[in-house]
Amino acid sequence: MTPPTPAPTAVGAQAPPERAERSGPPRARRRSSRAPGWIRRASLPYLLLLPALALELLVHLVPMVIGVVMSFKTLTQFYIRDWTTAPWSGFDNYRISVDFSAPVGKDLLDSFVTTCLFTVASVALCWLLGTAAAVFMQESFRGRGLLRALFLVPYALPVYAAVITWAFMFQRDNGLVNHVLHDQLGLGGDRAFWLIGDNSFYALLTVSVWKGWPFAFLIVTAGLQNIPKELYEAAAIDGAGVWQQIRRITLPSLRPVNQVLVLVLFLWTFNDFNTPYVLFGRSAPKAADLVSIHIYQSSFVTWNFGTGAAMSVLLVLFLLVVTGGYLLLTSRGRKSADV
Amino acid sequence: MRRLRAAAAFATVTALAATASACGGGSDTGGSGGNDSPKSLTYWASNQGPNIEADKKILTAELKKFEQQSGIKVKLEVIPWSDLLNRILAATTSGQGPDVLNIGNTWSASLQATGALLPWDQAAFDAIGGRARFADSAVAAAGAPGKDPAAVPLYSLSYALYYNKKMFADAGIAKPPATWDELVADGKRLSKDGKWALGAEGANLANNIHQVFVLGKQHGADFFDSAGKPTFTSEGAVAAVKQYVDFMAKDRIVAPGNAEYAQNQSLRDFSTGRTAMVLWQAAASTFAAQGMKPEDWGVAPVPVPAGTPDAVKNVNSMVAGINISVFKNTHNRDGALRFVKFMTSDEEQRILNKTYGSIPPVKAAQQDPAFGAPDTSVLKETLLKSAAPLPQVPEESQFETAVGTAVKGLWADAAAGREVTTESVKEALTKAQQQMPK
Repeated sequence: MTPPTPAPTAVGAQAPPERAERSGPPRARRRSSRAPGWIRRASLPYLLLLPALALELLVHLVPMVIGVVMSFKTLTQFYIRDWTTAPWSGFDNYRISVDFSAPVGKDLLDSFVTTCLFTVASVALCWLLGTAAAVFMQESFRGRGLLRALFLVPYALPVYAAVITWAFMFQRDNGLVNHVLHDQLGLGGDRAFWLIGDNSFYALLTVSVWKGWPFAFLIVTAGLQNIPKELYEAAAIDGAGVWQQIRRITLPSLRPVNQVLVLVLFLWTFNDFNTPYVLFGRSAPKAADLVSIHIYQSSFVTWNFGTGAAMSVLLVLFLLVVTGGYLLLTSRGRKSADV
Repeated sequence: MRRLRAAAAFATVTALAATASACGGGSDTGGSGGNDSPKSLTYWASNQGPNIEADKKILTAELKKFEQQSGIKVKLEVIPWSDLLNRILAATTSGQGPDVLNIGNTWSASLQATGALLPWDQAAFDAIGGRARFADSAVAAAGAPGKDPAAVPLYSLSYALYYNKKMFADAGIAKPPATWDELVADGKRLSKDGKWALGAEGANLANNIHQVFVLGKQHGADFFDSAGKPTFTSEGAVAAVKQYVDFMAKDRIVAPGNAEYAQNQSLRDFSTGRTAMVLWQAAASTFAAQGMKPEDWGVAPVPVPAGTPDAVKNVNSMVAGINISVFKNTHNRDGALRFVKFMTSDEEQRILNKTYGSIPPVKAAQQDPAFGAPDTSVLKETLLKSAAPLPQVPEESQFETAVGTAVKGLWADAAAGREVTTESVKEALTKAQQQMPK
């Protein structure tokens, strides 16, 4: 197994001190002030990292902290102009968010369950389609490059343009989907609604899978390049069929790739805001009320930014727990496999 | 490997948190604006014409006149309605906004509560020629009662019933309906062969609100009591919402597809002869842009309940309109006031309102014969006699979202063939009321 290319910053942080120390000491010894020189040299890489660190704090940490602070305030339209004057509300926003017997909490819970179902379905389908397509595209044949490029188109398209097109296609009276399903194939009795009511879940799932599977395809294709051909040849000599080759060689070899892929797909899908927003506008139908858009509605549309921030913090905590648990589980599995 | 994993985990965690914590805050609290850039202004205009490009063309010509008069260059941005409120909120939070902006008049009290807009006190009104120049009902829709208005009326509008003359003649209907009973009766004659009587924008929250507010008035209900507390579940409010959705659910004079309309598709249906009537504010320019000839459609007042006339129950429109406002953090306060004075001058009021098919809130400009045409005279009469402003309470925006969404859900039920009952309406409105801030 080859580990993925390490993040550039990690390399950059490590390499300079080693080089500095190797070439450093002889010259340093010649100088009288040995300690400051050593410190100077050792601190250089950190000094170089400082701008990146400061930006990291500014871009990531500061907004996060502000978000957390907001979640402890009653931040409505009366205070947004100068939100430092908003009164502290303690854990009230959190209490409202998790009080599942009251409407706000119950809606959040419903939205959360919908999001979980949607995410599981979308990630599973994306992975299945992506892996299947990647495996089929492994053999070289005429037109393979063209097909590969074609498969990646949904991933390359700007989200808004792609999803708004889907929104048009899903329109009940003039949309392409109903035209094909109802007018041409004659399926179902009446024209179905896709953008309102219960079907909106499937509309959202369709767009999400359409948008997400090329990424799975891309990553799995890359992963397949690393599986030595000899394995397949040996297996073929031993009499393994295609299905057995996929089960015994391809999938186990892809395991580390899949671990990352599934995690990334999970996070993207769970947090997806653009797709439902462009598809349904500011108030999504109940069946497709994903948690990100629900939080948007709870804060931006109803001008209650404190509650929205509290819900966001809860979402982060949930995702942290899931991500942490997932990494822990999969890394333990990998360690035992390495031994 | 371990270090890599730690780095990856850290990156994941930060990326995650950054995604989730969507909003930041600003604390720029400049006083009531300064005058440190007297030669330029930024103006956010709302979309009043058939599209953004048309608006740019119309307004740029007028802004050139202003530049010649005052030497102030106005940077124009026309913002679609779907973005305008969010943009204003973002500007409020950051303190970085335009100098002058248009707002939907129903947002006046909500935005007034943020303190981001310059209050129009005596002195400010004097700078633009005095409060008495404007129609009272229009100024009443510019802020909460008893406070200095947060804006000045710019274009006034009211709802009217637009009907397709040919479709009415084909169905043997001599005149447009004056009561809801007549509308339903006519509607049943018009709805056949794939054509429908009435258009609706079922997924457009604001439009839902405008319609049920008026029906609510006719049922003797307001959505807020005098103390500003929501009363969404009153008998009248429930009856109003039910009556509106019943046009599809029970009377079957609205096409089921209208339940998902939110981008003015109902106007397109009207222009192409698929529906015979729409309830709309100043739709003439849109119909013309979509290829209809002015003689193809007629305009009538929005129907009222049958029976004896009564001032409150005969309310048949909201006071719709656009207000113009000065952002408190402006860097050119004097220039901004001068610009508002220009936009509300008799001359500009005549030009702009004529172009947009709206009614000037400036009384002197209303006298222009152009506003006595059949189209606009209906709007003008309605505005003067039977229009009421939407509740001017700080929670108006939340009300639009909560109740608008409830009505949207009920349309979806009706379209899916599910029954819409008094209980189901009441349940939806109860839920909407529970979402309102305590």
